[in-house]
Amino acid sequence: MHIDRYERNWIRFAGGLLVVFAAALTVAAVFLGVRLPGIAEQTIPIAQAGGEYDINKGWIRELAPRRYEVNMRARVWSFEPREIRIPAGSTVTFYIHSDDITHGIKIQNTTVSTMIFPGHVAKVTYTFDKPGEYVFVCHEYCGAGHHFMSGRVIVEE
Amino acid sequence: MSLAAIKQYEMPRSERNLYLSFILIGFAHLMVGLFLGFMQGMQHAGIDLYRVIPIVRHYYQGLTIHGVFNVLVFTTFFIAGFLLFVTSTSLKKPINLRLGWLTFCVMTIGLLLTDYAVFTNQASVLYTAYSPLEAHWTFYLGLALVVVGTWLQLLIVGRMVLQWRKENPGQRTPLLAFGALATLLMWGLASIPLAVLFVGILLPWSLDLIPGVDVLFNRTLFWMSGHPIVYFWLLPAYLSWYFMLPKQVGGKLFSEPLARLAFLLFIPLSLPVGFHHQYVDPGVAEGYKYIHFILTFAVFMPSVMTAFTVLASLETGGRARGGKGLLGWVTKLPWNDPSVTAQLLAMVLFALGGISGLINASYNMNLVVHNTLFVPGHFHLTVGTAVALTFMGIVYWLVPHLTGRRLFSAKMGVVQAWLWFIGMTIMSRGMSWAGMLGAPRRTALGSAPYFMDEWVLPSWFTAIGGVILTISGFLFFINMLASLWLAPKAEKQVEVPVAEPLIDEGAKMPAWLDRYTVWAGAAVLLVAIAYTPALVKLISDLSMTVPGLKPY
Repeated sequence: MHIDRYERNWIRFAGGLLVVFAAALTVAAVFLGVRLPGIAEQTIPIAQAGGEYDINKGWIRELAPRRYEVNMRARVWSFEPREIRIPAGSTVTFYIHSDDITHGIKIQNTTVSTMIFPGHVAKVTYTFDKPGEYVFVCHEYCGAGHHFMSGRVIVEE
Repeated sequence: MSLAAIKQYEMPRSERNLYLSFILIGFAHLMVGLFLGFMQGMQHAGIDLYRVIPIVRHYYQGLTIHGVFNVLVFTTFFIAGFLLFVTSTSLKKPINLRLGWLTFCVMTIGLLLTDYAVFTNQASVLYTAYSPLEAHWTFYLGLALVVVGTWLQLLIVGRMVLQWRKENPGQRTPLLAFGALATLLMWGLASIPLAVLFVGILLPWSLDLIPGVDVLFNRTLFWMSGHPIVYFWLLPAYLSWYFMLPKQVGGKLFSEPLARLAFLLFIPLSLPVGFHHQYVDPGVAEGYKYIHFILTFAVFMPSVMTAFTVLASLETGGRARGGKGLLGWVTKLPWNDPSVTAQLLAMVLFALGGISGLINASYNMNLVVHNTLFVPGHFHLTVGTAVALTFMGIVYWLVPHLTGRRLFSAKMGVVQAWLWFIGMTIMSRGMSWAGMLGAPRRTALGSAPYFMDEWVLPSWFTAIGGVILTISGFLFFINMLASLWLAPKAEKQVEVPVAEPLIDEGAKMPAWLDRYTVWAGAAVLLVAIAYTPALVKLISDLSMTVPGLKPY
């Protein structure tokens, strides 16, 4: 079977490039900690660690200075809690579940992005270094009011 | 066998009508889908046409119809007509017409059920149909019947190829029939999980026969078929680029073995990549996501080969037409032929679409773009241009060929192709840009309270690009309707372009480049490796308890 020399080189070059890309992404995942959501250890989201779950405010728990755990609930068409206030430099672990259908959350200008399903808990962690307001939105279609579903993380000085 | 030996096969009228019916139904639905796309683009720019033009109740009903019609109905119906046509042409005998019309009836009944469900706002669940969003049962049954139609095509084409081989021992399957069968075989394997989902779970669930569903299990089944389906749309376009377009530009197929290899590689590699749509799904372990990430990069390779072979084939044409120098051959290509121009421009944008696809597939980089407008910015370049504009380009010779009339206006066709190219460049730029700035996809952004200032300019790109695309689509339909009924009869029937290989490999071509079994076996094996542990866990944790909801 005849393969042109240029074509052979092109295939090698393109294959090599893909290997380089894949290696870079692997480094980012393993060594820089840019992780995807996986299987969360916590499977019952609400009040598992003791403490009161206020259905109106959601549940934010300070584990240590600048270490927070947030339980979040998504339902058509709102997030609870809708507003989260934390000091700058805080590392927050979110445990997010859905009460009804599939939702999603993206916190703007962060790497936080996950789907939210009934029956599963999404666990994501992020460190908010820069003060400011981080809007979060539902990024999976969830019915006629989907575009109203949002909230914000306020990172204070 | 020398491809030059392919003579025009005299196709009976009823056979031509079958292909024409498939194609026209597909394009009629595309017309509706395009118009709804126009309304979506305007909505993003803050102009709400849903109150003025009440063909749908709200943005999401329109979005559902836009997605279902453009990527499920238009593609599938066009592909049915086109693949059956090229098989018949290249094997020089009619398809089994009774089975052909049966296929048409099954798919059309399915289509009518789907049309009913979406137009009455009983299925505004978008084309991904993510449960527990629940649709009317006619939606699930209708789409399942359309899939059954694609299996019937596999039966028709598979039987014809087998019979042809029996009659022509020791010869290679003609390229067009070879490509058609590879496409249908890949999809035949890949569509099984989708059929299980729609017929086994969603249909009985929508009829209240089972109380609930398991969300993650359903998503996994969906994406097992949901990524291969993009290759089901793309391969017929590749078929035209590899085996037809070189002839249209006066060139030859640069490398027959690599062309065949690319088609065969898609059979195993298209399938085990679904988790790259589920990178941010909780409940799926990172390890499986990583495996699918690597396999998704692997399925990039046959497209990389395509880029070289197709460009080199075009170059042989440009040089044969007197093109000189490094790029001089490009200007010598027949740019006044709307079929050629449409397909060349489709390729240009496909290069960008391929790169943006690689970004989506890039494991943790997906965190930035997941479910943002970057994703539709990507697939309007691939399915929305590489596929749709190529299909339009094919129609510019195929419809005149089938009707025996001339194309109404070649000039209008060339303008249409350029407008599509320009409109899509602007719109896709707008979408990708807004997506990089965090704008979510599948969202009535124009009404969102969190709409950000920096999304304004990209949204206008989206809207303006959408307007240009709508004009382009309008020109296309005018041209087609006029070609069907107004254009004069052609003195000589338009020829079917079939490219010859540049080098006749003869007996040097390895036999495994004309065999399907081993590739289908490889597909099953790869799917088993990439999915078994994850599926075992999903099934052992299976809890079909989440009830449906219709919040639309």
